[in-house]
Amino acid sequence: MTRGLTKRFGHQLAVDGVDLAVPKGAVFGFLGPNGSGKTTTIRLLLGLAAASSGSMRVLGEEMPRKLSDVLPRVGALVEGPAFYPFLSGAANLRRIDAADPYASAGTRRARVQSALERVGLTHAADKLVRAYSLGMKQRLGIANALLAPRELLVLDEPTNGLDPQGTREVRSLVRSLSADGATVFVSSHLLAEVEQICTHAAIMSAGRLVAQGTLAELRQAGQARIRVLTPDPGPAAQVLARLGLTATLNPDGATGGTSAGAHAGTDAVLFAPLPAAPSTVPRETAGAAKTGEQQAAAPGAAAPEAVVAALVAAGVRVRGFATEQVSLEDRFVALTGEGFDVVQ
Amino acid sequence: MLCALAAIPILIAVAVRLSSAVPAGRGPAFLDRITQNGLFVGVTAMVVSVPLFLPLTVGVVAGDTIAGEAGQGTLRYLLVAPAGRIRLLLVKYAGAAVFVVVGPLVVALTGAGIGAALFRVGPVTLLSGDTIGTGEAMVRLLLIAAYLAVSLLGLSAIGLFISTLTDVPVGAMAATVVLSVVAQVLDALPQLEWLHPWLFSHYWLDFGDLLRQPVSWDSFAANVLLQGGYIAVFGALAYGRFITKDVLS
Repeated sequence: MTRGLTKRFGHQLAVDGVDLAVPKGAVFGFLGPNGSGKTTTIRLLLGLAAASSGSMRVLGEEMPRKLSDVLPRVGALVEGPAFYPFLSGAANLRRIDAADPYASAGTRRARVQSALERVGLTHAADKLVRAYSLGMKQRLGIANALLAPRELLVLDEPTNGLDPQGTREVRSLVRSLSADGATVFVSSHLLAEVEQICTHAAIMSAGRLVAQGTLAELRQAGQARIRVLTPDPGPAAQVLARLGLTATLNPDGATGGTSAGAHAGTDAVLFAPLPAAPSTVPRETAGAAKTGEQQAAAPGAAAPEAVVAALVAAGVRVRGFATEQVSLEDRFVALTGEGFDVVQ
Repeated sequence: MLCALAAIPILIAVAVRLSSAVPAGRGPAFLDRITQNGLFVGVTAMVVSVPLFLPLTVGVVAGDTIAGEAGQGTLRYLLVAPAGRIRLLLVKYAGAAVFVVVGPLVVALTGAGIGAALFRVGPVTLLSGDTIGTGEAMVRLLLIAAYLAVSLLGLSAIGLFISTLTDVPVGAMAATVVLSVVAQVLDALPQLEWLHPWLFSHYWLDFGDLLRQPVSWDSFAANVLLQGGYIAVFGALAYGRFITKDVLS
């Protein structure tokens, strides 16, 4: 979709050599912290801004040369909705639709009506946008993207300001659009949302694309880890070390927490990363079945069930044991860095 | 804004009606003729509003064209729709041009209307001394309105260009209005006489030629030529700027 896409504002690189590939028909999650260049990339894709260098193709067409051919097939919500406050919701949609020379004026009223229906705004259609709430404006923005049948939908933060019902509706809307064969490109920093609706994702950080692929690939790139709940952290760590695992004690400073009352506070939680599996053949189906993607580690001893056996054999009182797949959030933080500061 | 424009002739007519006779030769041009012929309210109102009021409203409309959409964020949706940048620019200029035509027309017609209501209307004596009937006088009045419309087209092209430079509509409006004032100040300085024929405001007040018999079209033609030049130059600048502009609002 893009190749070496770069956008420079003065001496600041907003988008730095991004190679993005969005498969046709995918629901593509575009992730990144605030200020990482997501919206700028979208602006470049939609021809709102000119790239400093690099090339891109949208729907198979060279951009921005074929801009006027491509844009009618693209519905977009860019950086929040924007409407004329002195017009009603329906009038706003009709006006934007009238700006598209390819849209037929005859079906305009009906298309506006059905778009409003899809986002649940039929009752507020004739209200002035001035009187709309943030969430209603957001819905109107999505309705605007749905005015015509689209092959590609670019939704920048679609669930911003929406209530839980609205969020759910957007999710089901995205699924139904995808089921109709449209490619949906969703930019977001809400990871849970992306995990729920997307098939593919890419992660931006400080203008660079740091990862992209299917959701499963992205998760797998991170390491799985084991979590041991035990009152004997010392011996347990030794056992783990013998198995070639580096244990960390209570990395979050949390206590055992969930264990039975009498032992509360005395249990320690040990974490140890499982080495990434070079072989993708699950050794024990029983062990692999649980998470589906779980793979046995390369040195036989480090398989989760072997770890438990070793711990118990060494007399460690194991009160809890779990293997944890890295969540997209962990992966996201690992790639984009901790901390609250906006990366420059 | 059209209401504000319409208020000018109404104010003039009511003021003249309520006050005693205006001594000849005082006040704005044609003011002393109003009591003899109501149609002159329209002419007087146009004379009064040319230096500031009409350019002000035109500046507001032209300055708002692109910058207003950008400031509101609707510009990106219009472009993604896709409206097409050239098409959007043309439509926006056409909108400003419509206002430029309607503005002086409102002043002239309201003036004639309120003048007819408050004063007597009769044959008009022209600057050349000839007298024409009321119907012919209305035609002259509309001609003056058309002259002003043409005069302001150049300013609205300048406003359109300034509007593509910024995302803040108020800034574009103010800059356009300030330019029109500056042009008139320069036009009043005799030391800059070589510059005068090039100023877009140079012919603004020359519509007196339309009140002669026969009509002298010289200033009208010169004005059309000058304004056409301004439209071409600033239209091209606006095009060059807008076609490559990064829409980031």
